[in-house]
Amino acid sequence: MRSLGIDIGSRAIKVVLVVDGRIAMRAASDTGSDPLAVCRRMLDGVAHDLLTATGYGRHLFREHWPRAQVITEIKAVALGACHLLPGCRTLIDIGGQDTKAMSIDPAGKVQKFVMNDRCAAGTGQFLEMMATALAFTRDEFVAAAGRAPNAQRLSSMCSVFAQSEVVSLISRGACRDQMALGVHQAVAARTAALAGGVPVADPVVFTGGCALNPCLTALISEALKRNVQVPESPQTVAALGCARYGADQTR
Amino acid sequence: MSDDYRSMWQELGLDLDAHDALLGVLGPLYEQTFTRQPNRPGGMKYFDFVMSEVHGLRIKELMDARQSGRKVVGAFCTFVPEEIVLALDGILVGLCAGAEFATEEAEKYLPRNTCALIKGAFGFALARVCPYLCASDVVVGENTCDGKKKAYEIFGGLVPNLYVMDLPQTKRAEGRALMRAEFARFASYMEELTGRPLTVQALKRGIATVNAKRSAMHRLARLRAADPSPISGLDGLLMNQVFFYDDPVRFTASVNTICDELEARIARGEGVAAKGTPRVVISGCPMAVPNWKLPAIVEAAGAVIVGEESCVGDRGTQGLTADDGNSLDELLDALVDRYMGIDCAIFSPNPTRVAHVSRMASELGADGVIHYGLQFCAPYQIEAGPVERRLEDEGVPTLRIDTDYGQEDVGQIRTRVEAFVERLRG
Repeated sequence: MRSLGIDIGSRAIKVVLVVDGRIAMRAASDTGSDPLAVCRRMLDGVAHDLLTATGYGRHLFREHWPRAQVITEIKAVALGACHLLPGCRTLIDIGGQDTKAMSIDPAGKVQKFVMNDRCAAGTGQFLEMMATALAFTRDEFVAAAGRAPNAQRLSSMCSVFAQSEVVSLISRGACRDQMALGVHQAVAARTAALAGGVPVADPVVFTGGCALNPCLTALISEALKRNVQVPESPQTVAALGCARYGADQTR
Repeated sequence: MSDDYRSMWQELGLDLDAHDALLGVLGPLYEQTFTRQPNRPGGMKYFDFVMSEVHGLRIKELMDARQSGRKVVGAFCTFVPEEIVLALDGILVGLCAGAEFATEEAEKYLPRNTCALIKGAFGFALARVCPYLCASDVVVGENTCDGKKKAYEIFGGLVPNLYVMDLPQTKRAEGRALMRAEFARFASYMEELTGRPLTVQALKRGIATVNAKRSAMHRLARLRAADPSPISGLDGLLMNQVFFYDDPVRFTASVNTICDELEARIARGEGVAAKGTPRVVISGCPMAVPNWKLPAIVEAAGAVIVGEESCVGDRGTQGLTADDGNSLDELLDALVDRYMGIDCAIFSPNPTRVAHVSRMASELGADGVIHYGLQFCAPYQIEAGPVERRLEDEGVPTLRIDTDYGQEDVGQIRTRVEAFVERLRG
């Protein structure tokens, strides 16, 4: 039985195929300005019996693929993380435009979840905007934060205010590496504060595209004073959860 | 809406172009939100009619009443005692504050970080699109939250006649004494405005009319405990909203007619959604017409709303006034007893509110509670934390949503609400 999961995120679209309970394929692609075309391309030629969608584009997707089932990112991340790391109790997921934290009961069900409000402060988009303001590529930005001896603190987490703060710090000759670390610390602190809205218990698992950032992972561990695990391919966990959902439905 | 109303609107001083634009949005929004719901009770046709005539026939009624010498009192809050207004042959109506309108104009008077309800009230007034405001002989403001209290100081300059009622911040004896004094002052003011004396008999009549209206709402609230729910949350909210606009006697009869229909539905085991559909209570800030944003999202996500712990809902309709007093003093005391029972977040502390939400959740068989906070509404947003903790501790899943009248966060709210419904389904 071939169950396909697709996660139509704000920045990337991810696809995972599960065949007879095993991950057979993973793929990711930029969302761009025409997500449906990207979906079409990514699904092209991938034979499947079941299709489950999540992410911001899930409802749009179902309009075009009426046989697809739809679940929220929260359920999808939980199912995916529990597949990869059974027994996980707290999940933190940072994607392009959302930060989520959830607690999972021993049976793998979502107990309580919190999400950031409408603004993108503390999400992947915020990190990208700050990298651009500091004239770093994504990889350089992470590397710069990793090598900074100490951080230049940022006082604002609003994407707009933080950007003007960075500009004024640059004009005062502040060190770019230290600012990069300051931005990472601010995101980690905000994430830890958000996670405080759910009962946090070990093991804590970090997923989403931002979990590919080792500096952010280390800082979140530090802020939570807990070891944080990152599963393989953290950005495709929600798509995997979708594939798992489909497979479970037929059981 | 018929063209006959245009001259009336013009006479009232409405900005006809802006008002057309408002109705052009409202009509389709209503259609889309209400008339397409499955299995609606037939009695809701009355409310469809009321809403289709909310700026028409009802305003004409108000104008005719004024012609005959009656006074129209506009208000923004459930603390304004309708019993006193009715006793002096006045009419109390709610004023428009449930949508974004002329926000830029409003922000010339108010800081941007003012809640949407206050900004909405200013926007409607400045753009001259609220016929209720124009038809009011007096607007009664009330010192509830800091935002409204300070905004009324400015609002007084925008409307011809504003009367501000003070309200207590605590439920101690001093707070009660303040409300008692303010109700007496309001009664004197209304006597002066109407040129009538307030009599025991008239006040008893006013109390009876409002008690009947609230009793009908209590009956409706109880019927919503049935599973399957006999009526949608959107329609339940709509009735709570119309509570503030319609003629009280006609409204009471219409609500009771629907309740008869709902009782028959319950007896047949019929409902608006299948038995076992996740059931939710909404708690928090008021939702004035046409603020249907969150309930529409919740019910589209596959849940059914079974109660509103809100000023436009159970908080506003709770309790009845004892009508056995034989003097004005006794009756005013009884009114204060009833109004002091409102568990508004302006009171500090406000312990009965969380007990109220918890009781509603259990009596209505709710699987969870969604706390609705309007951005920048400090009293409810701050109280949301303790309410959520207490409910979760009692095993009632709770979701907090803070938002405003804008549409840009609908996608995010939808995700959260759908995930909450998934959690309720287990």
